[in-house]
Parts: sequence; structure tokens; C-alpha cells
Amino acid sequence: MADLATTAPLIRATGLRKSFGPTEALRGIDLDIDRGEVVAVMGPSGSGKSTLIHCLAGVLTPDAGDVTINGTELGRLDADARARLRLKEIGFVFQFGQLLPDLTAVDNVALPLLMGGASRRAARAESYAWLERLGLGDQGDKFPGQMSGGQAQRVAIARALATRPTVLFADEPTGSLDSVAAESVLETMLDVVREARTTVLLITHDPRTAAYADREVIVRDGRLSGSALVGRS
Amino acid sequence: MDTSPALLGLIAEGPTYGYDLKQRYDRVFAGRRIAFGQIYAALARMIRDGLIVALGEEAGAGPARKRYEVTAEGRRHLEDWLRTPDVPSPALASNLFAKTVLALMLDDNADQLLDVQRAAHLARMRELTTLKHSAPLLERLAIDHALFQIEADLRWIDATSARLTDMKKELSADG
Repeated sequence: MADLATTAPLIRATGLRKSFGPTEALRGIDLDIDRGEVVAVMGPSGSGKSTLIHCLAGVLTPDAGDVTINGTELGRLDADARARLRLKEIGFVFQFGQLLPDLTAVDNVALPLLMGGASRRAARAESYAWLERLGLGDQGDKFPGQMSGGQAQRVAIARALATRPTVLFADEPTGSLDSVAAESVLETMLDVVREARTTVLLITHDPRTAAYADREVIVRDGRLSGSALVGRS
Repeated sequence: MDTSPALLGLIAEGPTYGYDLKQRYDRVFAGRRIAFGQIYAALARMIRDGLIVALGEEAGAGPARKRYEVTAEGRRHLEDWLRTPDVPSPALASNLFAKTVLALMLDDNADQLLDVQRAAHLARMRELTTLKHSAPLLERLAIDHALFQIEADLRWIDATSARLTDMKKELSADG
């Protein structure tokens, strides 16, 4: 099994298809993502990008095909087991609005650790360490409303990483920030995930954001195009 | 823009005379007029390199006219040019424009050519972004400039991708 764990892709999607009524959102997608890879998922709106992400994260069930994460076939799990797998293996960061406004930064980060059964003291200590890693060592006692957009996104990233997920889904994580703040958040995030060897799916329409990834996949009309063609001539 | 492969592409549409070639060039690559001297110099080079041949001279009322036809070697050369992504640079836009237009006219896969170029652009952006990470501020600004220019090209690629079908219709109506 040790061999399998090191050589098999961390995420494998095969033959994914998904329709909503008459609309085919995914028309057969095959995708392998290795452990520790940072992959940008690009594509215009309506391309099937969000549907793909939701299928990979086990939020949506594909009509055909399957997704394997870290050796577990999502299609074999019932809804509860899928939810448990999401809690254990997957972290999410969205564009904005994900922090609880009535909790301080450190308590926001500690929340998933407490839900996972950690003691309050251990959870807070761990959370301060994550905030420190994201350059917010002295901001832990502030409330989200007292922070800049860039700082709030760092807190959200710290919270997503605090449970040490195998995969981080970051959906336009800097979409609401100006370009200088975005750059600084992305650089910090990428330093931290690379050090932790967290696999990242960076969902973005912005090529400057995608350039932080190791490679990109482009969804168009429910299929993958783009990087698969490099090297072909 | 690379004039020779663009002319070669127009000849690949079908055998043509030097005069017609100029008319077609000026119309297709609007705003990039070419002198007869340049055309005949390019034709001579392409004959020398075996990319085209001059068909029999036709004596008419005026001076003898030659028709030019693409060779198999010329077609291969053209396909290589169409399918090789350019290095992102300020001069790129017009070249990529020419490739896209010719790919559409010759029923080649314009979509794929844009995909390949998009991938080359994104790869270059990745390289620059990695360099930027450890660079001092002044250098970061210079890299930013390059990144923004590549991004502008990418926007053009995306906009063009979305309009290929319409462009094809317009070009066939024009031909």
C-alpha cells in the first residue's frame, strides 16, 4: 500500500459526466492530480468549471464516471461518509464572506479544530501558529471587521489549513483583493501549502493568479483543453 | 508580422498571381500594406527554398504573368509555422493574428492553435511569477510589466477564441 500511496495520483477523475436537465455541464472529463501539486482550474463562466470542482470535492455526484481521493472512491460512499471525508481531507477557501464576524481571527481559525475534538487551549495555540505562518502573528485578537480584505483572506486560509487537509480547494481566493494585496496573499499561501505538501486546486479566471500554480487545466464546454495540448505538434 | 509565411498561407489557398496576392494580402491583413517589391522578393526566396513553384508563364495583352503554387514542402513549412506557438513578445499580436486568419481560411484548426499559444503564454507567466517571488522590488516591477503584457495577449486570445465561428463566416464571404 505504501507504494500505491506514493505513486498513484492523489485525485483521479475518470469519465466524469454531469447534466442539469438538458444541459450537459460535463461531457467526459479525465483528470489526475498528484500529491502536492498546485493546479489552476481555469475556464470561462458556464464552461463547467464549478460543476467539475463540486464533483471533485464530493459536493455533487456525477451522472457517470468516478472520483477517487486519496484512494477512496467517492461513488462508493453514502452522503454521510462523503461529508466525513470532506471534513477530514478537504479544505475550502472562497472569494470572501467566510469568516464569522463575531469571532476573533484566532477563534475563527480554531473553530474547525474544536469541532474536530481538540481542547480549547490546544486549538488556540495551533491557530496562533497558523496565523503566524500566514504573517498575522499579531492580529489574532482582531475581529474580521477590523481587518483589511487581504488579512481576512489570510485568516480564511489559515482556517482551511488548520485541519491539515490533503486537498485545498481555493475558489478565486484573491478575487476581491487589489492586485498588490492579492499577490502578497497568494505568495504566502503558496509558500505555506508547498511546505506542507498540500495539494491545491486553485480555481480562477485570472491568468496572473493561475501563474502561481504548477500547471493549469482549462475547462471549456464541459471538456478539458489547453495544457493537454502542450508538446503536441 | 512574418511576411513570408503569411504570403505562403495565401498561396496555399490556391494558385495565384503576384498582383492578386498583393490585393488579397492588403484585404486580409487589413492595415498592414505590403509593397510589390517585398512580395516579389519573398516569392523569389520561397521558390529558392522549394516552398512554392512558378507555373508556366502566361503571355497576355500585358507583360508575361506567373502563377505561384505551393509545394508539399511549402505546405509542411506552413503547418509547422501555424502550429508552433510564438514566444510572448510585443511583436506577437500581429503574427498570431495572421496565423489565426490563415488557419481559418485553410480550414486548419484555429481553436487548437489558440489553445497551444494560450498554454505557451501561461507557461511563460509561470516562469516569470516564479522569478518574481525572490526578486528585489525594482525587478519585480519590471517582471510585472512583462506579465501585464502577456495578460493582454491572453485576453485577445480568449476574445478571438469566442469569435472564431463568426470570423470564419466573414472570411469565406470575403474570399
